[in-house]
Amino acid sequence: MVTTEKDPVIVILQLTGGNDYFNTIIPYNDGNYYDNRPGLKIPQEDMLTIDEEFAMHPSMGPMGDIYKRGDMAIIHGVGYANSPRSHFRSMDIWHTAEPDKVGTEGWLGRAVRELDPNSENPVTAVNIGQGLPRALVTPGVSVASVADLSNYGLLTSVEQDMVREKMLTRFSNMYGAALGSGQVMDYLGQTGIDALKGADILKVAPDIYESTIEYADSPIAKSLRDVATIHKAELGTRVFYTQHGSFDTHAAQAPAHAQLWQEVSVAIQDFWDDLREGGKDENVVMFLFSEFGRRVRDNGSGTDHGAAGVSFVIGPRGNGGMYSRYPETRAEALEQGDLVPNQDFRGVYSTILENWLEVEAAPIVNGTFSSENFLSSSN
Amino acid sequence: MMRSFSQQIPIILKGDVHVLVAFGIDTYKSVAGRKEMTVTTDTALISHLMRRAGFGAAHEEIEAYAEMGYEATVEKLLDPESEPAVDKYSLMRRHPITEVPGGASGPGQANWLYFMLNTKRPLQEKMTLFWHHVFATGNAKVDNCNHLLDQISMLREEGMGNYRTMLLNLARDPAMIFWLDNNENHKNAPNENWGRELLELFSLGVGNYTETDVFECSRAFTGWTIGAKMPRYPYGRHPWTFEFRAEDHDYSEKTFLGRTGNFDGEDIIDIILDQKACSQFIARHLYSFFVEDEPQVPAWNIEEPRNPEAVSYLADLLVESGYEIKPVLRALFNSNFFKDSAYKRVKSPVEVVVGTLRLVEDVKGADPRLESTAREPGYMGQDILDPPSVEGWHTGREWINSGALVKRVNFVSDRMSDPELPGVKKIIARIADTAESMSPEALVESCLDEMGPLPVKHETREELVSHAREQGDLSWDNNSYRESAVRAGEMLALIASTREYQFG
Repeated sequence: MVTTEKDPVIVILQLTGGNDYFNTIIPYNDGNYYDNRPGLKIPQEDMLTIDEEFAMHPSMGPMGDIYKRGDMAIIHGVGYANSPRSHFRSMDIWHTAEPDKVGTEGWLGRAVRELDPNSENPVTAVNIGQGLPRALVTPGVSVASVADLSNYGLLTSVEQDMVREKMLTRFSNMYGAALGSGQVMDYLGQTGIDALKGADILKVAPDIYESTIEYADSPIAKSLRDVATIHKAELGTRVFYTQHGSFDTHAAQAPAHAQLWQEVSVAIQDFWDDLREGGKDENVVMFLFSEFGRRVRDNGSGTDHGAAGVSFVIGPRGNGGMYSRYPETRAEALEQGDLVPNQDFRGVYSTILENWLEVEAAPIVNGTFSSENFLSSSN
Repeated sequence: MMRSFSQQIPIILKGDVHVLVAFGIDTYKSVAGRKEMTVTTDTALISHLMRRAGFGAAHEEIEAYAEMGYEATVEKLLDPESEPAVDKYSLMRRHPITEVPGGASGPGQANWLYFMLNTKRPLQEKMTLFWHHVFATGNAKVDNCNHLLDQISMLREEGMGNYRTMLLNLARDPAMIFWLDNNENHKNAPNENWGRELLELFSLGVGNYTETDVFECSRAFTGWTIGAKMPRYPYGRHPWTFEFRAEDHDYSEKTFLGRTGNFDGEDIIDIILDQKACSQFIARHLYSFFVEDEPQVPAWNIEEPRNPEAVSYLADLLVESGYEIKPVLRALFNSNFFKDSAYKRVKSPVEVVVGTLRLVEDVKGADPRLESTAREPGYMGQDILDPPSVEGWHTGREWINSGALVKRVNFVSDRMSDPELPGVKKIIARIADTAESMSPEALVESCLDEMGPLPVKHETREELVSHAREQGDLSWDNNSYRESAVRAGEMLALIASTREYQFG
């Protein structure tokens, strides 16, 4: 499979912990906002107005700029019915696209299987972070999980490069040998070779990376710079995944939420500036989500787990604007005190899968779901 | 117990018999000059036993157990009370959050990892892990590690006791009740989750009961619930307690697995234990965990066990012993099929992490790095206290994917090549003590020995020897010790990266 720089790329940025929708996109004309947020309401003069109805949290300056230039779709009321409001279960649901039973395959892993059915490129999907998010785990799909791009690979603790190179050659020989001792050994061999190949492919990226952008000094900025580094190296990566957190602001939300969005917004701005500078932004879309929103009424200093949340889809080829509906905020319309979702997250996934990545969505999200057209075809 | 002995231990060297005199338990000096060392079958077998029945053991322990003899070692493992329990108070003092982690998995995992890293009762702890695999209860939904840790404590207490007692305890375990929705199982509206999983995953296995049995089973457990929970705010989590609500219990007649009566939960468990399928199911789990990787549990009603005779043997013993676990374990560890099963299982992430740390003697006691270390099995795909579902983890080859493999290789080779770690120092000292000057082949041999002894395929061995040959013979005299130690560390790291080393 020949991949060209024009192949559509998706970058998933997970906001871990449950981002507070109500204080992220604020319906500033709605009296219910001020009534329900005695401890946490943002003063109107501080909000960043983006249209006649809504404003962004004061820390989201760069996000506001992106919205105003038309590169951002804001999708309201995203979620699914009967949310358990548990971090891990909700996150699993988003990762496996299975709200009603326990899913075993990640939605992105399945997408990668469609994008690279013959497993030709071990870096088709790259996670920047520790471990492997369940969204990417699917049998047979090789994913590179990079905690530190400058030091990614096997036997990284061996400091002397020459020694390490030699050991990796040995590793490659050992894993490449046909031992004839059964399926598991063969599978191990293949996996090891893929991991080695992936590391070999990725290691050129930092060396050829060029940019004048000085990224901010935050973990998410570093992660996004690693994404940009790999993307600009044109290694055929189609799916990137990373995360920032924790947005689980049960207490002391005011300073925490502000800092989180400041970090995310600036990092995102740096990232897109970097891609644009290199002329590599056209085929990229970024998707932000969180496992749930938070309660309408604050608890004094923070907010507790809620239901409906907001998603953002950023990219020059996206259809900017607002999509779906802001959930009703009056008490009678809430469920257990929470905003009710009106856009199934699987519909959002489906639009990304079909319109952008051009793979069939139904088998991946286990059903037919739709959303408004926040993203047209990548052509 | 087996400390401070000074004896003569015969070691068979190539062609000659030499006597190594032990000065204390951690220094060996070769009295005669012959260079290469082969391990006796006894120590290899003991190493295998300790890897499976525990988390591996240090060289000195292996030697001491070999001295005791294999059967006596099995008896020792079956007698956890002969060693002191893990010192919980040290953990509480230095990592208080691990005592009441609340909804946070991390500190909960750190709590259990502390037990695994420091226990002197390895089989007891390994059985706890075994039962956690079977009765998989996850924090993703329970959102309460305090109670998950309580369940783990119960499994630790009862794990080598009686299976019936464990089932009954689980039916009353608040975390389990919430996990499988038995608190929603009402007389007028039964909920089948617990009833089903009890039969499907905890005792009989698919194909050995009907849907009607599931329904009747669930009815028998109505009213087995947890007390009303206080809201978490503003004072924090309150303990959950088991409650039997008679008014919510269905006392009427039920027909379950061919029997009829006004059964309650305890009756159901008794009827279950009467089924041959139950002992077969548990025996197969024991086989899969301790002997050889079986296919995943969902396939068990389609695929036969790898060794049906062995499974039946264990199953019959389970029934004979009234579902006491120890007699079955005794038979299992003393069996030929067990002794022949070295390196036939892919190590689980917990085994990789805990086994390595115990070998290199790092993160001991209430080490400040305990909580970050406890995350490592999760990076490799096994979040203890948070299995992906009540089915538990997919084991064997499914532990391996490109992300996990890189983590496993790097974790182990990172530690094995660090000559500052106490365990690694000892390993290198032992290698150094076998000879002043060592051929590349001898280096590879002694390293493979220390890492297992690990059997490797011819092709693998060739690569390792080629690698060692690049720098020729090693010298262990005072001038060259440091340099040779680095080479040995590299060889240990390279061995840790092999395919063969993923097995245990």
